[in-house]
Amino acid sequence: MDMANQTRIKEVAEKFGTDKVVVILGGAEAESAGLTAETVINGDPTYAGPLTNIALKLPVYHIFEIKDLIDPEVYDAQISMMEMVLDVDAIKDEMESIRQQFS
Amino acid sequence: MNFPVIKAAGFVLVHAPNIMMEHGTTITMERKNNPDSDYLQKTAQSIRSFEEAVNYAPNQVFIGNLTPEDLQELPRPWHQNPVNKGPQGKYGDIIPENEFYAVMKIADSFQLVELEEEFAARVKTILVSKNIFNDKQLDLLDKSSERDYIEKLVYSGKADGLYENNQLVGCVREAHESDPNLSAHVVFENLVAKASGILALKNLLNKNNLDAAQIDYIIETSEEAIGDMNQRGGGNLAKAIGEIADCSNATGVDMRAFCAGPAHGILTAAALVQSGIFKNVVVMAGGSSAKLGMNSRDHVNKDMPVLEDMVGGYAVLISENDGKNPVIRTDIVGKHKISSGSSPQAVIQAIVVDPLEKNQLKLTDVDVYAPELQNAEITTPAGAGDVPLANYKMIGAMAVKRGEISREELPQFVTQHGVTGFAPTQGHIPSGVPLLGYIRDNILAEKMQRAMIIGKGSLFLGRMTDLFDGISFIIESNSGVLQDSLKGNNEEEFKQEIRNMLADALQELARSMGGGRPSDE
Repeated sequence: MDMANQTRIKEVAEKFGTDKVVVILGGAEAESAGLTAETVINGDPTYAGPLTNIALKLPVYHIFEIKDLIDPEVYDAQISMMEMVLDVDAIKDEMESIRQQFS
Repeated sequence: MNFPVIKAAGFVLVHAPNIMMEHGTTITMERKNNPDSDYLQKTAQSIRSFEEAVNYAPNQVFIGNLTPEDLQELPRPWHQNPVNKGPQGKYGDIIPENEFYAVMKIADSFQLVELEEEFAARVKTILVSKNIFNDKQLDLLDKSSERDYIEKLVYSGKADGLYENNQLVGCVREAHESDPNLSAHVVFENLVAKASGILALKNLLNKNNLDAAQIDYIIETSEEAIGDMNQRGGGNLAKAIGEIADCSNATGVDMRAFCAGPAHGILTAAALVQSGIFKNVVVMAGGSSAKLGMNSRDHVNKDMPVLEDMVGGYAVLISENDGKNPVIRTDIVGKHKISSGSSPQAVIQAIVVDPLEKNQLKLTDVDVYAPELQNAEITTPAGAGDVPLANYKMIGAMAVKRGEISREELPQFVTQHGVTGFAPTQGHIPSGVPLLGYIRDNILAEKMQRAMIIGKGSLFLGRMTDLFDGISFIIESNSGVLQDSLKGNNEEEFKQEIRNMLADALQELARSMGGGRPSDE
């Protein structure tokens, strides 16, 4: 997760409180989505960014995991194409695994 | 309507491992923050030789000695399966770093590049044999400096070094003692873009037997800003490059749109030619020193050579319709509007689907798409995946959504309408344009009828907008039928003039016969 996004997540969490923030990811690949999820739950695993050693424990989901919560027309217009392109199951599995491991 | 044509394309690759070590931002940031890191040591040990860079198959596709289809068939990883090809290609050349330093010296109008005496004499001999530059330009290499002088400049921080096999052989001096936009670092970056741009333009002209004096206008589309502290991006590399390439009748402009710059530039050139403002417009760019070694951390972690050691350049000539060369369909243009939205689907809809739909074309009517064509062997180890493949899957998925193909036919669509990525990760360089030579050749050989060039740009990197950008256009085979639009306009004007004259004569006749009312007089 890049430095700028870590900074923004940290600021938002501090401003609104970790109980009022949910992180929604749009990453294209399971491993990178997992690393991002780990960063906002347990801190930056690369020890390079502003979230190093800061476990915000934020709830985090990939956009594919919350399909049922989204207006079907909006989902069809914005996301459905990527469902055909990306490995949705691998991303969902990785997200679940990271949440179980660190939450 | 006479569409403008893609008359020729030229390319260049410069093998630049020392520039990478001194100016690649990933490496220089590490050196600043962590000078003794294992990564830096491993990177220095993972540099390719010039021969390895020449025999690297994706580079051979870039200069036209191999096709993307050939690349697809070759065993991977490509860096472990060299091909036996030379540095000269149909579209361009691969040149070594020491020759490039000499071109930087020739490109330097302000005596900011210093080359050491023995080195300058050696590279001059090589450049003389290549017959690229005239005697006056080559004589600039005689103005060399003593090693002590260069060392003092570099150690004082007033110059950035030029290295060959870890030996200091020259430097680029700062152009102002306190202006950050004319620091040695910035001047160095700009001279790399200028010198590689000159080589791309020279290849365009020389390999296609074109007369430099026929070029009317140059649009430069790299991502560097040329200026001083009062106008950081004032310009203009286009004219500076044209000057060294003997384009004596040209002026030009720098156009910037991140990686979408080349596609914006080509469309602008097409408009200038189709409107009749200019007959021959070159769109071109040199490469980037900052982006060298961008993913080197991931490459050395996976025990690979550092593959991002190539500075790229391209040049394309857009000319009046000659009835032969492929045309740019200026009536089939896709654009990512401010209101388009930036989800990948919204981007593909705006850039690819909308222009085709508007012109009653299907996604399957385009023989080949040319989106960002990065070499996946460079991007995949860094977690960015295969960028062209992802683009082809997205376009194919839209064809599925539109009912043009079935879901099961998606992999086939990707193979039939896509190519294997081969371009160095130089930002604007991979953005559609590396395929222009291949597309032109295939259309001329009637193996292909229609191609789409897709430029995409990450505008948010400059922090002035969080918008994405993209623009596309269609290249098509030339029907050979030219409309004489000028003659048509003249005829219409002539007819109107006759009508007016007749009307005046009839009014005059009516008056002379007394038919007009007296009050009219």
